[in-house]
Amino acid sequence: MNDSRPTVYLDHAATTPMVPEAIAVMTEELARTGNASSLHGSGRAARRTVEEARELIAEKLGARPSEVVFCSGGTEANNLAIKGLYWSRLAQDPACNRIVFSAVEHHALLDPVTWLAIHEGARIDTTPVGREGRIVVDALREAVESDPASVAAVTTMWANNELGTVQPVADVVAIAREHGIPVHSDAVQAAGYLPLDFGASGLDAMTVTAHKLGGPVGIGALVIGRELQPTPLLHGGGQERDLRSGTIGVPLIAAFAKALEVTVDRQAEMSARIEALRARMVDGIRRVVPDAIVNGDPEPGPQHRLPNIAHVTFPGCEGDAMLMLLDAQGIECSTGSACDAGVPQPSHVLLAMGYDDVAARGSLRFSLGHTSTEADVDALIAALSGVHERALSAAQVRSTFDGTVRSAS
Amino acid sequence: MIYLDEAATTPLKRDVLAAMGPYLGPEFGNPSSHHEVGEAALRALDQARADVAARLGARTGEITFTSGGTESDNAAVKGIALAQPGGRHVVISAIEHPAVLESAAFLGRTGFEVTTLGVDHDGLVSPDDLAAALRDDTTLVSIQLANNEVGTVQPVAELAALAGARGIPFHTDAVQAAGWLDLGVSRLGVQALSISGHKIGAPKGVGVLYVQRRTPIEPLIHGGGQESGRRSGTENVAGAVGLAAALQMASGPADEVIARRDAFIARVESEVPGAVLTGHRTHRLPGSASFVFPGTSGESILLDLERRGIVSSSGSACAAGSDEPSHVLTALGYDREVAQTAVRFTFGRSTTEADLAQAADALVAIAGNVSSATTLNGR
Repeated sequence: MNDSRPTVYLDHAATTPMVPEAIAVMTEELARTGNASSLHGSGRAARRTVEEARELIAEKLGARPSEVVFCSGGTEANNLAIKGLYWSRLAQDPACNRIVFSAVEHHALLDPVTWLAIHEGARIDTTPVGREGRIVVDALREAVESDPASVAAVTTMWANNELGTVQPVADVVAIAREHGIPVHSDAVQAAGYLPLDFGASGLDAMTVTAHKLGGPVGIGALVIGRELQPTPLLHGGGQERDLRSGTIGVPLIAAFAKALEVTVDRQAEMSARIEALRARMVDGIRRVVPDAIVNGDPEPGPQHRLPNIAHVTFPGCEGDAMLMLLDAQGIECSTGSACDAGVPQPSHVLLAMGYDDVAARGSLRFSLGHTSTEADVDALIAALSGVHERALSAAQVRSTFDGTVRSAS
Repeated sequence: MIYLDEAATTPLKRDVLAAMGPYLGPEFGNPSSHHEVGEAALRALDQARADVAARLGARTGEITFTSGGTESDNAAVKGIALAQPGGRHVVISAIEHPAVLESAAFLGRTGFEVTTLGVDHDGLVSPDDLAAALRDDTTLVSIQLANNEVGTVQPVAELAALAGARGIPFHTDAVQAAGWLDLGVSRLGVQALSISGHKIGAPKGVGVLYVQRRTPIEPLIHGGGQESGRRSGTENVAGAVGLAAALQMASGPADEVIARRDAFIARVESEVPGAVLTGHRTHRLPGSASFVFPGTSGESILLDLERRGIVSSSGSACAAGSDEPSHVLTALGYDREVAQTAVRFTFGRSTTEADLAQAADALVAIAGNVSSATTLNGR
């Protein structure tokens, strides 16, 4: 990277920088010693800090403090929710072995659900999605109602990490509620940008993680109703309602609470600002590359899509090539989820939406965040024309070459 | 205040915080991202992994970063047991940390048989007992390197050799031992080993699991496939960098600490009537001195000590607040009442002779008050 040029970071959905207030809290807490389970003074002080953080997080998410179970992040929270609910429901009723989830879930749900199917014999119903990436509610209803007693849990993400499409969580809750089936939602991407009210949502469990909303990596929470007792993933000292053992990291927890507080308090204003930046970005992209296709729900608003993500297909281009060309100019984005990164496979999300392999590979995700500026957006637009041209000709050369090889063999 | 509860958690070392600093701020990238900010984070993570691997004499691919000691123990015990198709039997010791005990109990509820080996009065597991417990369908042995409550160090190399001779994987919880004892995995002969950051001067929320590359293990947390698929979830780069730095710093001979420890133990034994050292006298962690004070209340000694500026504990912080006597002390043969009089002093390389002298003074003074009060009450 050329150090004289500032980096333009457009990958906030992968991870977003910590807000300064959270860095300050974390640095202060790191300088203190105390195990929140110890009975002496420093232990009691640590416990107080943790409980205050829990109350703050609960308040900002519309939950009760006792419903906030801290864990190491979104992936662990999703694993705890889905495996834990599956095992605990199965223990009560051996016929309760079905999981209803959606085709566009993050790998942190897709993989544990697949593991449950292969390793534990779970039956999986995958709800299809439409062209905008939104689940087909009638298909989910049908899957549940075909045999409600066998459904251990339903899980549908709040907002998708690649497209930003918001899912009809209220409809899902209404369907599952009728049959007393617990519903979980992965709200990792939504928490920073949309108002969340766990109590009002009717959800039984919800995942959030700090590092997507200005807090540190290594801390998240499963918000889960008191009456639910998922089988723990981590056994031991019995911390966190006995649902998640392990010493609680006070600095991580305090910084998480501060980041959530700051983010939620500024959310309305910040989301409006980011939505305007996104509009500027999308307009610019279309101006420079007229045949670019912006995927997902075009409509803004908390029922439609996240304000910060623009997922764009550049017909005839390889997403990976564009990513590298942009990176060489100090502009950082991604082809999709950072969590698939390194695996050159088309996104399962796009394939589920009906895109073919080629289109799925020719897309980029630009995601904005609290540090994004108009200058960032303008830098992208300024670089895009040249990058797009080079990516297009590289792809043409490659397809010609592939054709030559093929005809020669 | 003199902090003598380092077995519960250690203060974060200033140099460790300095090493972590960039990764809390400008170097915030996700190591899985394919751009410069992400790749910078990946380089830091790789370096941390290489540093930890070097300390363990392991390959970098054998080091997995986790969220802490509890996760490492759970991942090792459950993961190795579940990955062995023919296995149905797990062997642990009676004085393991709850993270191992409860993981084994979980396996017990899912169809495994669990053999819990007793220990002698010093807390040592007998190699003969282990040899007798091993079976053809034994899937895993998990015995800690050093105990968190009484400081006893197990003869892990000898125990692991017994399991190794039969091809049975051996896991050791080295959470308390890290920073004090040799963690060379081939010298120990173990196939899996757990470390926690916050017990060695790094922050909470990060740990290490070493798993020998030929030992199959089923992941506990599935998802994006980070950590070579062994542990999914966005990597805590700042934590990993901090853990690696702390492990580097906690090295060198501990002879001086051992001398300070033994002087402290000798003084308590000679000047506090009825004080009994728990755990092994020589096979013990350099930074651990643990006692029972039969006929007193452990709880009130702790409170008196804290009033005098000495922070210590009765045993595991994870069991604090419970009325149950320590499972470790009862396994060592102490009866319930005596076990409830336990006080543990755990310290680090920077704890001075004067700190320990002050702690001994406080104990002697408290004992004087206790015995005069007892005399006054005519008991």
